[in-house]
Amino acid sequence: MEPRIGVFVCHCGTNIAGVVDVNRVVEAAAAWPDVVFSTEYKFMCSDPGQHLLNDAIIRHKLTRVVVAACSPRMHEPTFRKACAMAGLNPYLFEMANIREHCSWVHEDKLAATLKAIDIVRAAVAKARLLEPLQARMVPVTPKVLVVGGGVAGIQAALDIANAGTKVIMVERSQSIGGHMAQLDKTFPTLDCSACILTPKMVQVAQHPNIELMTYSDVENVDGYVGNFTVKIRQRARYVDESTCTSCGVCLEKCPKKVPSEFDEGMATRKAIYRSFPQAVPGRPVIDKESCTYFKNGKCKICEIFCEPKAIRWDDQDRVVEEKVGAIIVATGMGLIDPHGLGQWGYGRFPNVLTGLEFERLNNATGPTGGRITCKDGSEPKSVAILHCVGSRDRNHKEYCSRVCCMYSLKFAHLIKEKTHATVYNFYIDMRCFGKGYEEFYNRLLHEGVKFIRGKAAYVTDQAYGDEETGKLVVSAESTTLGQVLRVPVDMVILASAVAPQNDAEAVARLFGMGRSPDGFFMEKHPKLEPFATATDGVYLAGSCQSPKDIPDTVAHGAAAASTALSMISRGMVEVEAATAEVLKDFCSGCKVCQDVCPYSAISFHDDTHLAEVNASVCKGCGTCVATCPSSAITGHHFNDLQVLAQIDAAFAWE
Amino acid sequence: MSTPFEPRIVVLCCNWCTYAGADLAGTSRMKYAPNVRLVRVMCSGRVDPSFVLRAFQDGADGVLVAGCHPGDCHYINGNLKAMRRFPALEKMVAQFGIEPQRLRLEWISAAEGDVFVRVVNEMTAQVRALGALDWRRRAAVGPLPEHAG
Repeated sequence: MEPRIGVFVCHCGTNIAGVVDVNRVVEAAAAWPDVVFSTEYKFMCSDPGQHLLNDAIIRHKLTRVVVAACSPRMHEPTFRKACAMAGLNPYLFEMANIREHCSWVHEDKLAATLKAIDIVRAAVAKARLLEPLQARMVPVTPKVLVVGGGVAGIQAALDIANAGTKVIMVERSQSIGGHMAQLDKTFPTLDCSACILTPKMVQVAQHPNIELMTYSDVENVDGYVGNFTVKIRQRARYVDESTCTSCGVCLEKCPKKVPSEFDEGMATRKAIYRSFPQAVPGRPVIDKESCTYFKNGKCKICEIFCEPKAIRWDDQDRVVEEKVGAIIVATGMGLIDPHGLGQWGYGRFPNVLTGLEFERLNNATGPTGGRITCKDGSEPKSVAILHCVGSRDRNHKEYCSRVCCMYSLKFAHLIKEKTHATVYNFYIDMRCFGKGYEEFYNRLLHEGVKFIRGKAAYVTDQAYGDEETGKLVVSAESTTLGQVLRVPVDMVILASAVAPQNDAEAVARLFGMGRSPDGFFMEKHPKLEPFATATDGVYLAGSCQSPKDIPDTVAHGAAAASTALSMISRGMVEVEAATAEVLKDFCSGCKVCQDVCPYSAISFHDDTHLAEVNASVCKGCGTCVATCPSSAITGHHFNDLQVLAQIDAAFAWE
Repeated sequence: MSTPFEPRIVVLCCNWCTYAGADLAGTSRMKYAPNVRLVRVMCSGRVDPSFVLRAFQDGADGVLVAGCHPGDCHYINGNLKAMRRFPALEKMVAQFGIEPQRLRLEWISAAEGDVFVRVVNEMTAQVRALGALDWRRRAAVGPLPEHAG
């Protein structure tokens, strides 16, 4: 039976119709063989648009549908569903991308219209040869892996665990808590960060549905949505978890001091340590790289003082394999390397701090117990906070880091509260966009903080006069005064840019994610699915996707949790139907396909001397199809005939 | 007056990186030469050399094969298979008398809308300078065969 093809051309408001002559596309389509119906509509994805599609399938007995609209990466699932509603196999639908690939990238209306006609012709040519496929349903492992124990991961893990689903949380440092645990107060409410975070950390540790693995890394990820196998390396802690009582005597007695990561290197920790006093879990670990015993074979002081005898010198890394149905990546953010910011004096002047260093300085658990002091112990008489250091700067990061304006206001308030210092904020724009943020800014305007609209150009110790002697001088052009100012201060805080974690590239590869131009992990859709990735079953939470403040991070974590849960709670998940299949009559048994398959999805039967694709392991990449020298493998939905037909129709050749 | 020569370039690209990179060029409203037509496959590893030859046979003046950067393949390493196949294909195409600039392999990620635009514009200019390929006439290969598989 000849196929009956329907072509639906979308205006997308003026997004397509503003450039492409939609009616001309409809007319052209009507003239092609097998096209029995062609029409246009303002918004094909809308409810009336889908109704139109539905009615036309039934009325015109369509057996193939082509929608010419946006990218299939955007609305292919929408229209496949609409086709299925009308009783048409969803794989008999083909999408022609005349928006992202045509109307949005061309200005010449004639050239764009002709290109749109070509694109639709190629889609029709492929549609003619499409075959119905049955989506396969596979059971889901009802367990979620949460990678990263910051507030995003904590929120996601608790939401999932509270719904009764098992969670494995993997955190690479000794304790969960992430960056939020390093903060003192949070903007704009000024509530204490630890007071709202540490109870949640404890909940994670105590939750019967959460298995917490700190000091651990995800090493390998295999499988597919609903059925991942992950390898987790639990690094040797050298402290027995079941015997240790977290008494902390070892922390006092250990003679070896190293800079504390948690305190941004402003204080020291011991070689046996927990990240901070409220760490979860509270049991310390021995940092093998720093430990005197591991270096020189002598010391063991921790062991001598350990009453419960919990030190295990022979402890080994353990690699465990776990099966999970979904993965939430919540690996958080990093900060731009401040050593590249020399013009603002970082690394040259001891009283130039990054925002995070000031957080620790100001924190009750920090190196000074929360007293704001210069390196010599004196109280600063004046402090400059420089906004947008490395952010909104083409030399460093083009994007806005989103948290700095607000934490700079918070710092200004806290400095005013704790000291008598004059506080200057050097800013480009104040970006106070969240709930209660603008109000907080207004409050600060009345607290005597000085706001100078102008980005600081540099920080120097070269004094031009007595009032600058012994001071750090911030030079900036005040764009409101139209004047270059030199402001002498005792302390400079750099609101340095938020950046992707240093190992973001490797992590993206591990979980099969992409990265956006800024280096953060790429979401499936920037508006509608900012918590999903291009890999089904892998979700994003928190600032690994883009810089976020705490409310947004928590909301993002909850969103990732609910998306993962809705997949898990269905119990079954649809997996790729467009897989490869060996045509037995043509297979010569050469096994080349086995070598190229990235998933070992092809088995070889020695008795029949034939290869066979295991459809539940095959992901449909088609590499074996292109490799088979006998053309004995067909790649469903992208078979040779379909792709060649599309190439043949790609241009009006004559 | 005859119309100026406009090259026709077929782009065989993977779904995850290059197709998405072209989508990004669109959502960012970048502009590029309207001389390309994209044919989407799931992975650059799926690009059968015969697809490239068929495009030339059909009348394409240039063919661009594009996928994820090495190491970033959505299917672990399909793009490496494409990369390994490519030199053989280049040699074959050269033996057919097709200038090497008409066939190109590029890695364009989903974040590289600007790279997609640059590659398309560059290749369009290069192929325009070479002129029409008109391979069927040049090679006198006759009518298209019925494809077998």
